Amino acid sequence: MDDLATTPLYDLHVALGAKMVPFAGYSMPVQYPLGVLKEHLHTRARAGLFDVSHMGQVLLSGPSWDAVALAFERLVPMDVLGLGDGRQRYGLFTNDAGGIEDDLMFARRGEDLFVVVNAACKAADIARMRAGLPGEIAVTELADRALIALQGPGAAAVIEDLDARAAEMRFMDVADLSLCGHAVWASRSGYTGEDGFEISVAADEAETLVRSLLEQRDVAPIGLGARDSLRLEAGLCLYGQDMDAETGPVEAGLAWAIQKVRRPGGARAGGYPGAEVIAEVFERGAARRRVGLRPEGRAPMRDGVPLFEAEEGGAQLGVVTSGGYGPSVGGPVAMGYVAVDQAAPGCRLWGEVRGKRLPVAVVPLPFVPAGFKR
Amino acid sequence: MKFTEEHEWLREEDGVMVVGITTHAAEQLGDVVFIELPEEGATVSKDDEVVVIESVKAASDILAPVDGEIVEVNSALADNPGAVNDDPQGEAWFFKMSVSDASQMEEFMDEAAYQAFIA
Repeated sequence: MDDLATTPLYDLHVALGAKMVPFAGYSMPVQYPLGVLKEHLHTRARAGLFDVSHMGQVLLSGPSWDAVALAFERLVPMDVLGLGDGRQRYGLFTNDAGGIEDDLMFARRGEDLFVVVNAACKAADIARMRAGLPGEIAVTELADRALIALQGPGAAAVIEDLDARAAEMRFMDVADLSLCGHAVWASRSGYTGEDGFEISVAADEAETLVRSLLEQRDVAPIGLGARDSLRLEAGLCLYGQDMDAETGPVEAGLAWAIQKVRRPGGARAGGYPGAEVIAEVFERGAARRRVGLRPEGRAPMRDGVPLFEAEEGGAQLGVVTSGGYGPSVGGPVAMGYVAVDQAAPGCRLWGEVRGKRLPVAVVPLPFVPAGFKR
Repeated sequence: MKFTEEHEWLREEDGVMVVGITTHAAEQLGDVVFIELPEEGATVSKDDEVVVIESVKAASDILAPVDGEIVEVNSALADNPGAVNDDPQGEAWFFKMSVSDASQMEEFMDEAAYQAFIA
């Protein structure tokens, strides 16, 4: 435990009674006294406050926005150049085999690009950016900034009360706000399927800001346990679990994140790691596909549960990559990969749990409708 | 009431043992979302896995505390697994079992010893 890093909010988590667990090299709150189930439901009904300071925050700057954007397009299959100022996009780092090295959020802040990457991958991601971008692009890890998320239908009222400019923000907008006297970078996005904000703030101001936010109506601190069940119900991938270096964007159901301009035939097609492989998958289709899975019984099907075509015998068609109890659904939910001919909603498969095959239906994602402010 | 190192409690009632998990165990598990109970009439040996209990976090097995026969299960738990968090040492018992070797009961702790065990 001594080797674990801490976020600027560690002392506050402990003071709030959080149960701390190791996660991606950090000591993080998995739950508070409220418990995972109630924290999940609180976030869907009101507003949940998450510490995500373990994630990597990186700023890319260069001679101009076009130079920064075009350089970054060498590492990701996204339309970066077309990103308007104050807008954010979901992205993927790919490898030469067309697999996914990490997923990320990137936002245009004037002439700079602000990138948020997963904690477990941040060292590799920063190394990848330093190695893969030309020398004129400065890659700065913002280790002196904390990152928090306020998520849920009550989040907007809280933030708008503190800074009316937040009311102008729509889903995937970014803006500089002033919250309780703290200058922050806010984005209207998150990892729960709810409306909400992710807020980057100076590390030494983070605890004061979070204490102020926790005093607002309907705000409760939420741990990583509920963060996982919230994102699963929202149909959002967890890197390392629902996708990895051997999984491509198309089979992961993330082709939507590759804009037309970067696809085969687009004006800036290819030019990123694995572009040829991914172009071929666009052409021919993927052999397997990430799908939503709804066990018909009450038993959760967790990651690693194999999926078969029949109750007895028959071929294995896939595997669960994330699964558990969905508090808002009120039953077990999962996602996983299945052969494309079994990937249509309505297909019935059998998941093997403790030696018994239990029926599970392929269903559309997400499990709960998104609450984004479009 | 007697307690095991596996965080189960046993309470004698009408000549059989009522078995459940302790308040401490329920707190450690977190919100319980699924319970699979044994068949009534099943003959079990001490340490057989007889109950599967899943919380929001993980799946755990509950072991038979002694040799015997499952005479009744609390089937209400299947529809309301959260009762294990609400009243683990009362309403949310798992099963009742006959005890075929009473000497196996001797190793169990009383309440004071169990509280010391988890302290």
